Amino acid sequence: MSGAEVAVAGVGMHPWGKWGRSFVEYGITAARAALDDAGLSWSDIDFVAGADTIRNGYPGFIAGATFSQALGWQGNQVASCYAACASGAQALDIARARLLAGLCDTALVVGADTTPKGFFAPVGGDRTDDPDWLRFRLLGATNPTYFALYARRRMATSGATVEDFAAVKAKNSRHGAANPNARYRKAVTTEEVLASPVVADPLHLLDICATSDGAAAVVLRRSDEVGQSTGAPPMVRIAGISTVTPTYPQTVIEMPNFATDSAVAVPAPPRPFRDAIAHAAYDQAGIGPEDVDVAEVYDLSTALELDWYENIGLCAPGDAESLIRNGDTSLGGRVPVNPSGGLASFGEAIPAQALAQVCEITWQLRGTATGRQVEGARVGVTANQGLFGHGSSVVLVR
Amino acid sequence: MRASVPRMADTVPAIAGWFTDDPAPTLLGTRCGACGTVCFPGQQQRCPNPNCGSDQLSEHRLSNRGVLWSYTDARYQPPPPYVPTADPHQPFAIAAVHLEAEAMVVLGQVPDDVATTDLEVGLPMRLVIEPLFTNDEGTTHTVWKWRPDPDTGAGTDARAGTDVRAGTDDVDADQAVGEGRR
Repeated sequence: MSGAEVAVAGVGMHPWGKWGRSFVEYGITAARAALDDAGLSWSDIDFVAGADTIRNGYPGFIAGATFSQALGWQGNQVASCYAACASGAQALDIARARLLAGLCDTALVVGADTTPKGFFAPVGGDRTDDPDWLRFRLLGATNPTYFALYARRRMATSGATVEDFAAVKAKNSRHGAANPNARYRKAVTTEEVLASPVVADPLHLLDICATSDGAAAVVLRRSDEVGQSTGAPPMVRIAGISTVTPTYPQTVIEMPNFATDSAVAVPAPPRPFRDAIAHAAYDQAGIGPEDVDVAEVYDLSTALELDWYENIGLCAPGDAESLIRNGDTSLGGRVPVNPSGGLASFGEAIPAQALAQVCEITWQLRGTATGRQVEGARVGVTANQGLFGHGSSVVLVR
Repeated sequence: MRASVPRMADTVPAIAGWFTDDPAPTLLGTRCGACGTVCFPGQQQRCPNPNCGSDQLSEHRLSNRGVLWSYTDARYQPPPPYVPTADPHQPFAIAAVHLEAEAMVVLGQVPDDVATTDLEVGLPMRLVIEPLFTNDEGTTHTVWKWRPDPDTGAGTDARAGTDVRAGTDDVDADQAVGEGRR
């Protein structure tokens, strides 16, 4: 990327948990934390992008306006967007585009959620034309069903074991124990994971991420507008944001679908969807996976984190087990993954989660991730994927 | 639970137009007359192949045999609109089956008498039509399910004779076996 870049001026979060309060309250807490971190006030913001929540009524569908009103109407431009688990990154991308186009000077991006207990269920009503409704009715297929299909497939093709999956949880729980924003802050062992009940064979309860309340916010400015005072942490810049769709045919079964695309007429693309998500961000940034010092990936399940190692290019397909077994992705290893503790320690607060990944990478690149710092990290990448062919990846550099 | 269901007035498909058992259990999708792309469920408007986009879509009966790509089960009762069939909940398996001719993977429940310990990636599977649930009025709603294929013999030796192109050529047999119940 040449010319002006977009800098992360401030980041902030509301701790993840099951607090049972309004998502708006969490979002405002995160927004104020990000503004404080940027040394700015609400009146400096001229654009707000909200990542929507679909389980909190109308205010959730218009999150950008909801947060703006809660902070006090001041006539700022606003956008709200929903992109499943990638909602936060898509909101971030909208803000970045407006900054690069010169259509705003200081942007605030906020995602927040309040979640119900238990499995994520489809939105209510009798909606027989909605695949997300039909998969529960006709298959009894929950989100963990799909995670488990990927996990079992991985066991068959890569030699993964349930112990490998459990080791991912153990690693992430160790990382998350040091994170004040994490919901679960107790280290668990592989034995504890394997002793927890099986939810969707081969995945145990502790292999699968919880659903959480939480919020994350990011303040963006053009890098040439951000003053750097002596002794301040290094400026973190956004080098790439990918929100690509799959390329036809998508030959890996995708939530909430009943079938993959057919590869009869067109061969499967050389890069499967999850690979393409990360590589589009790498291409924008002009870097490759070999440049990455730290990664935050979407461990909806422990097994899926192993898939991500390959998808974002940390190793060749089929080699992810060696990374977890060798400790390469633990703090102190070759390329630590999920130093925040990941979804294993946070649980998923859908519209906030992609932004939480950006917050963590920002702290890592600044060198201020106390207790979980990846020493000397200069380049970080995030990756996530959600329903209906949504995914995102953000490359951050200092 | 039996593999076939008597066709009675109080038995209806859980969804119309997605499958038939006349003359044989088959999923109903669409096939593009221009490029041959198959879709399940059927596509209503245009071919999803971005290089095609034809609207010449006709009903297509998908292969009713395939190879197990992956599988899992539901140990906990899914939330509505899943309709419970037992109280307390009885786990049921779910299969992802690769269809060679259509070059696609299709999900489906596995009949109640088959457990995940009976399954292995690479097993031949066949389509059956079975009860999904019976509602308060006594009407049984049926759905497609995937059953290990008796013609080739369900079990750990079933992979002999399976077309390995369906993604089983890279399977390490030792690792494909379930981790076992503790």
